[in-house]
Amino acid sequence: MPNPTRIEVNCETGVETVIELTDAEIAQMEADRAAYEARKAEEEAAATALADLKASAKAKLIAGQPLTAEEADTLVL
Amino acid sequence: MANTMTLISSVTVGSGGAASIDFSSIPSTYTDLVIKMSLRDNRAATGNATKITFNTSGGTYSGKYIEGTGSSVTSATDTNGVADEVAASSTANTFANAEIYIPNYAGSNQKSLSADSVNENNASNANSALYATLWNQTAAITSIKLEPVISASFVQYSTAYLYGVKNA
Repeated sequence: MPNPTRIEVNCETGVETVIELTDAEIAQMEADRAAYEARKAEEEAAATALADLKASAKAKLIAGQPLTAEEADTLVL
Repeated sequence: MANTMTLISSVTVGSGGAASIDFSSIPSTYTDLVIKMSLRDNRAATGNATKITFNTSGGTYSGKYIEGTGSSVTSATDTNGVADEVAASSTANTFANAEIYIPNYAGSNQKSLSADSVNENNASNANSALYATLWNQTAAITSIKLEPVISASFVQYSTAYLYGVKNA
């Protein structure tokens, strides 16, 4: 199966060329994908943790219970 | 303020798709660059993002983005992402729109860009986003690569137009 291709256009000449990716370029794409997905997973975990903390702070406020410092941080600007 | 805009080059992806769109040998005769693009890729998901690379490789990109979905807003750090993108699971025949502005691309300072994008999906999952990015290199920008962040290929009819901006 041939490797994917990329399109390169030379802005001086206007010539457009379709070029097959090298194995090294494909490996780099896979590494970039893994790094991106790991970073996204970290961001989503952090957002979930913050939402959980806010929900806990809200529940404690309604119940008249003391908040932890972390929970209070989610309410103070 | 630069006040004219000239088309330098454009690309329309053919039936075979393309893993990236590369503009090479960009002339240094303008003050700023603008890229207008309409992209969709074949990742098996409802979305993806587009990233940009200047001068083939090298340097560090640092960026921020803010993205709204219609029901929530996210802001985060990024590297060289510049646009949201629709992918294979999005509504058929929809494409994302984006515009990237790169001021003083041929100067000797570090290079910045701003970008706005929407991944119109004609469905509930649709985002709009603003990006700001700095590339910490001082060389003039002579080539630009656009590619999906998560490896995939741009599908047929995806387009990218590169414009030069300068004072008349």
